[in-house]
Amino acid sequence: MKLKGRKITKGKARGVALVSKKPLSFLGGVDPKTGIVKDIESDIKGESIKDKILVFPRGKGSTVGSYVIYQLKKNGVAPKAIIVEEAETIVATGAIIAEIPMVDKIDISKIKNGQIVEVDADKGEVTIEE
Amino acid sequence: MYLTKEEELILAGEYGYALQKAMEILVALGEIYNADRLIPIKSAQVAGVSYKNIGDAGIEFLKDFVDSGAKVSVYTTLNPAGIGDELFMEKQREILELYKAMGIEITSTCTPYYGANLPKFGDHIAWSESSAVIFANSIIGARTNREGGPSSLAAAIVGKTPNYGLHLEENRKATVIVEVNAKLKDFADYSFLGYYLGKALKNDIPYFKNLKSEKTDYLKELGASMAATGSIALYHVEGETPEYKHAIADKLERIEVDGKELEEVKEKFNAEWGEIDAIVIGCPHASIQEVKEVAEILKMREKPLKVPLLITASRAVKALADALGYSEVIERYNGKIIADSCLIVSPVEKWYGGIATNSGKASFYFSSAGLKVRLENTEKLLLDAP
Repeated sequence: MKLKGRKITKGKARGVALVSKKPLSFLGGVDPKTGIVKDIESDIKGESIKDKILVFPRGKGSTVGSYVIYQLKKNGVAPKAIIVEEAETIVATGAIIAEIPMVDKIDISKIKNGQIVEVDADKGEVTIEE
Repeated sequence: MYLTKEEELILAGEYGYALQKAMEILVALGEIYNADRLIPIKSAQVAGVSYKNIGDAGIEFLKDFVDSGAKVSVYTTLNPAGIGDELFMEKQREILELYKAMGIEITSTCTPYYGANLPKFGDHIAWSESSAVIFANSIIGARTNREGGPSSLAAAIVGKTPNYGLHLEENRKATVIVEVNAKLKDFADYSFLGYYLGKALKNDIPYFKNLKSEKTDYLKELGASMAATGSIALYHVEGETPEYKHAIADKLERIEVDGKELEEVKEKFNAEWGEIDAIVIGCPHASIQEVKEVAEILKMREKPLKVPLLITASRAVKALADALGYSEVIERYNGKIIADSCLIVSPVEKWYGGIATNSGKASFYFSSAGLKVRLENTEKLLLDAP
């Protein structure tokens, strides 16, 4: 299945989807050293975002979250790509400085946890492998 | 979004990595918020300064950015820095040096407008400190969105910002009329009002009726409290602020505020003096008039304060207070003016269990950090304190 969205950050990636139905805060919500989600309110708490295609509705929390995304990348525990419903400043800026492909305007209810997903951010496309 | 030829070249990396990344950020935000183009800015004010906030992640990013030749292209000042133990201060100094290397004035204040970063009516700017943003938009009539640290830095480097949100005339109209029936007498009353309205209105643009404020300091506090408990970035005061005459376009919802709402806020922050370890004034950073007022009130006391009085201010105001003799009076009464810093962005919960303040914004953050808070007017605070 192919979903059409909008490019936020360029690049392509393929990997396993990790889907959060709740908004995600990176500052305080994700451990920058391990990439493990630690926000107690998160529905993907305890999961590692490392090398995943990270899918969530939108970012929340402090704008410092952008720097946390950068640090995740430097520590080798960043997601391969980011898919959101609605891009906002924090995650978009983080994805740009960390050079993580990112697409928005995607209906994330179409993507299930564990599915193999291909992201072509340049075209703003997400392909879910059957 | 339309880009000029030169902007295209920056985006393609022709002018190096730092400008390219900065431009990528601006273009992405412009696309997200449907900006038509980039517009030049007169100044920037960058958040993400305290080591408590940005941590090692921020240092790493800033270091890489500086190494790749990042330099600001407009006058840029910084948000307050943190205070902490030796290791903290080492990291804090490193952060300031990195900003300095980018050509940023490392005067770290939430009131840059009391120093050299004073925009004028109609100027487009990219500021990120929420209390400074609402001051610039409402009281000065300059135009800025609530930027994040990295986006204001990107704007400072490129010298431009995407044209959306509060940069556009049509988005600066009031969305709600607030009729104030309570009598507001002093600084803390504006704190109560701002604290209450921020929660009630979230991201509205309030238009105040019956608010005749002679003091800019009071309006500054009103805005700061609203911006802290809500995400309000602009308000209008009938007869007072520069854009009020054109602020009402449609039939607007009207809310009334009387003494009851303000009392409720007051009740929330009524810690006993026995629980208080410090008195904090200067959130947002104190003006020279506020410092003068403190010195004059202290002179009415018989004895120095038992708990330390910490007044946060910009370097410019502290220098003025030193020169005018107010600092000396304040020190005699166990007070101190702290420049360039802020207790909210410092690990204050490690030092104190309770703080007394006249600021609604500070009350909000100190209580979120788990501290007991006493919020009341400057005069009462300083005369009642043991």
